[in-house]
Amino acid sequence: MGALPMDPMQPRPFRIEKVRKELADTFTLELVPEEGGEFRFAAGQFNMLYVMGVGEVPISISGDPGDGARLIHTTRAVGAVTAAMGNLKVGEALGVRGPYGNPWPVEAAYGSDLVIMAGGVGLAPLRPAIYQALANRERFGKLVILYGARSPSEILYPKELEKWRGRFDTEVQVTVDRAAEHWSGNVGVVTKLVKRASFDPLHTVAFVCGPEIMMRYGVQTLTGAGIDPSNIFVSMERNMKCGVGFCGHCQWGTNFVCKDGPVFPFDQIADIFSIREL
Amino acid sequence: MVQIENLGRILEEHPFAQGLDPQLKELMVGCAANERFDAGQYLFREGQDAKKFYLIRSGSVAVEIYSAGRPPIVVESLHDGDVLGWSWLMPPNKWTFDARAVTLTRALSFDATCLTRKMESDHALGYEVLRRFVPVMAHRLHAARMQMLDLYGPAKKGK
Repeated sequence: MGALPMDPMQPRPFRIEKVRKELADTFTLELVPEEGGEFRFAAGQFNMLYVMGVGEVPISISGDPGDGARLIHTTRAVGAVTAAMGNLKVGEALGVRGPYGNPWPVEAAYGSDLVIMAGGVGLAPLRPAIYQALANRERFGKLVILYGARSPSEILYPKELEKWRGRFDTEVQVTVDRAAEHWSGNVGVVTKLVKRASFDPLHTVAFVCGPEIMMRYGVQTLTGAGIDPSNIFVSMERNMKCGVGFCGHCQWGTNFVCKDGPVFPFDQIADIFSIREL
Repeated sequence: MVQIENLGRILEEHPFAQGLDPQLKELMVGCAANERFDAGQYLFREGQDAKKFYLIRSGSVAVEIYSAGRPPIVVESLHDGDVLGWSWLMPPNKWTFDARAVTLTRALSFDATCLTRKMESDHALGYEVLRRFVPVMAHRLHAARMQMLDLYGPAKKGK
């Protein structure tokens, strides 16, 4: 089931088993393959999700890579296809192509401290890496999760963040841009959390995901804290269409984001990351 | 005397005083006091005279903006090792925000009149204090700009 179908452009039908509203504009779909079996993927990979008769969008997988029974996608409604996806009901069908792309190098980070920095719905593509890291907790040094959201009501997966924070072996810090008086948590941008986080920069791997502007400042702060750019990984988003590097829509410099990414080591893309025209 | 020695030790432990010449440190300690704020207690409120600044030793402080008829908005949190307040440095020397202890907070406070007088008569002290305040201001400005950018919002209309 994890292998690509014969025709990589042919979506497979999945049935919606559960719909969960996460935030005002963000929802999670739990999908199962109509033909049965399991869906295997690596943390950081994405699928092309096809809403019948409306269109297709690339969406990162946000479930547990250790659980092949359900395919989970958290999506923010930002256009016609994702809005239509958000209106789908339990029992309705969705076409799925994938999984595609380069994953987060979770196993390559074994033996290091792991810092995970996410902003807004950027936590969704990182959640599989968090699940995998927690399932293999003894293989890492410090595990630090830094998360920023606009406001307390826009914190994604708040119950899971609380659960992870409740563990004695994981540091979870959450911050928001602004809050009302009753919020007793942190206020400020996510990059400000780095100073207070506990990790050894010389032996740390960092995964960063969020809007590009957040990743730009996130990488600046992490390198400023002493983490080598080759140990910082970012997940890029471009206009992906085919998902397999045929069409060229997601070309970014010499890379195809769908095939060479979406996860890149920062040193590999540092030269083009700041080019505004790309 | 014992108390001043203690304050000197406390000041030395704070990042603000890192690398500060011992003589200048001693001058600063002469204007310092050890303070404690319970959760919910205000360190200062907008519009009051800014007669002090604070080096937070432990705890958490919310910097808030108050607007009539609306609940206060927290715009920043400060923690151990942070510096709170620079309104004492420039006219009209009034606080422009409220500062509220979110948890039990311990801080060194510095009397602005005392310190300003010393800074004016000892320019080495004046230079060192301002040199330490400029990066704090720059970081806060940078953080405020990033908050204005809406870092976590979608970049553009998508599919």
